[in-house]
Amino acid sequence: MSWMTLSLTLIFVFIPLLLSKTLNLGLERDTIVAALRSTVQLIAVGFVLKFVFDSEHAVFIMLMVLLMIVAAVQNARHKGKAIKGITWKLFVTFVVIEVLTQTVLLGLHIVPATAQYIISLSGMVIGNSMVLAILFINRFTAEVETHRDESELILSLGGTPKQSINRQLMKSIQASMIPTIESQKTIGLVQLPGMMSGQIIAGADPVQAVQFQLLVVFLLLSTAAMTSVLLGFLSYRSLFTERMQLMKIDVE
Amino acid sequence: MNLETSNTSTPSCALVLDCVSYGVNHTDIIKKVSGQFPTGKITALIGPSGAGKTTLLKLCNGLISPIEGEIYIDGKRIEEQSPMSVRRHVGIVLQNSPMVQGTVQDNLALPLQLRGKTLSDEQAIATMDRVGLPSSLLTRDARELSGGQKQKVSIARTLLNQSKILLLDEITASLDPSSRQEIEDLIVKLNETEKITIVWITHNLEQANRIGEYFWVMVDGELREEGNKEDVNASEDEDVKRFVKGVLS
Ligand SMILES: Nc1ncnc2c1ncn2[C@@H]1O[C@H](COP(=O)(O)OP(=O)(O)O)[C@@H](O)[C@H]1O
Ligand SMILES: [Mg+2]
Repeated sequence: MSWMTLSLTLIFVFIPLLLSKTLNLGLERDTIVAALRSTVQLIAVGFVLKFVFDSEHAVFIMLMVLLMIVAAVQNARHKGKAIKGITWKLFVTFVVIEVLTQTVLLGLHIVPATAQYIISLSGMVIGNSMVLAILFINRFTAEVETHRDESELILSLGGTPKQSINRQLMKSIQASMIPTIESQKTIGLVQLPGMMSGQIIAGADPVQAVQFQLLVVFLLLSTAAMTSVLLGFLSYRSLFTERMQLMKIDVE
Repeated sequence: MNLETSNTSTPSCALVLDCVSYGVNHTDIIKKVSGQFPTGKITALIGPSGAGKTTLLKLCNGLISPIEGEIYIDGKRIEEQSPMSVRRHVGIVLQNSPMVQGTVQDNLALPLQLRGKTLSDEQAIATMDRVGLPSSLLTRDARELSGGQKQKVSIARTLLNQSKILLLDEITASLDPSSRQEIEDLIVKLNETEKITIVWITHNLEQANRIGEYFWVMVDGELREEGNKEDVNASEDEDVKRFVKGVLS
């Protein structure tokens, strides 16, 4: 595809703009920002990736992964202002998940230890982990606020902070994982995953593409579970004072 | 007020508040309250709604902390004790009888469950009987009970913690007169036989008159009067006079 042909795809940006304008959806600004950001970010990433792949140097690979983690933290932390220290909690969560998944993938020689594989898979893991983190935080703060009475009751009877929000914690972990599980149940039936489609378009053998996609599916299931559980257990305590009192949460 | 005299005449006060203030977002809810709840007595805590009575009980149970001042439990500063032991020692029956998800039996078992223990069926039945509820309710969804039934379950639940000090927040507000009498009898008996110190918020002045041996009158976040019936009736405070209107006899 040439840059010229690519520019023709801007038609797909004009359609939502037009719809938003005629129906007064008020999404023009966000649509333009989204289109601009994705263009700039992806082109930049393209050049960076080319450089990293060519150099194939461990330091550059690690820097690249670190950059992804920092960007994911930056994105998710705004949702978690109610949780003290959310920035480093997200950071720890993403790092732990990245290290664990890469250890399995590389340690068992499931994928070759090349920049291409490490960075692509890390991107999917961290990106998914970020979405999960946002889902979890939103649900958790809302659950805690709605069931404040129950938590206060448990505390008043001499329960620990953990006991007082255990139900809300488990519910939020469960709820945040459901979309991942559900979407994977219909994978291949309703929609071909983007990555697999990309590979097939680029000329890869469909069966190979499927094998690789399965790896990603399983990887993301694991990522989803680990993100919510890790973040949940790192965060719940900071909703309480040192005198074990449930603090007020500002849910946006 | 007769803080000094009662301080010397009743050396043991289960709860003592020393210049306690509490507020949220720069709004004062409790304003420099100093006073005490005598050991082994039933104190009736009265005052118009919004006076800060519920907030004061939550301070005593450790659900919230004063922004200023000290609270002493049996002479020991509350901040020096673990929040969990404070909350078991100073039990509270909350105003709106919150229920956790589950059956009535689940709710009754809660205080024990929090300590890793279980409530036997016999204990559950005996506990229901104590507050005048039929044991057939044990398997019902706690959130589907009537207001009055919830209040009774809520009282029974807190009693299972065997607290030495009991804080009761309008616990008979949704009960019919005969149930109310049963609960009053139960609390008075607990107080007499087990020497449990009681602080009882009520908006019902006749009830305060029946059960109260000591009184606190709060208005607008302040403790305006403290003492026995005579002290309250002789109060110089205009708000107290207007509120009590000679009902205490
Ligand atoms: N968490 C809170 N945030 C803001 N205001 C509160 C809070 N808790 C209590 N208040 C306010 O403090 C005042 C006293 O409340 P409360 O202690 O419930 O009074 P009472 O039990 O005597 O009716 C009320 O005006 C109430 O609106
Ligand atoms: Mg109240």
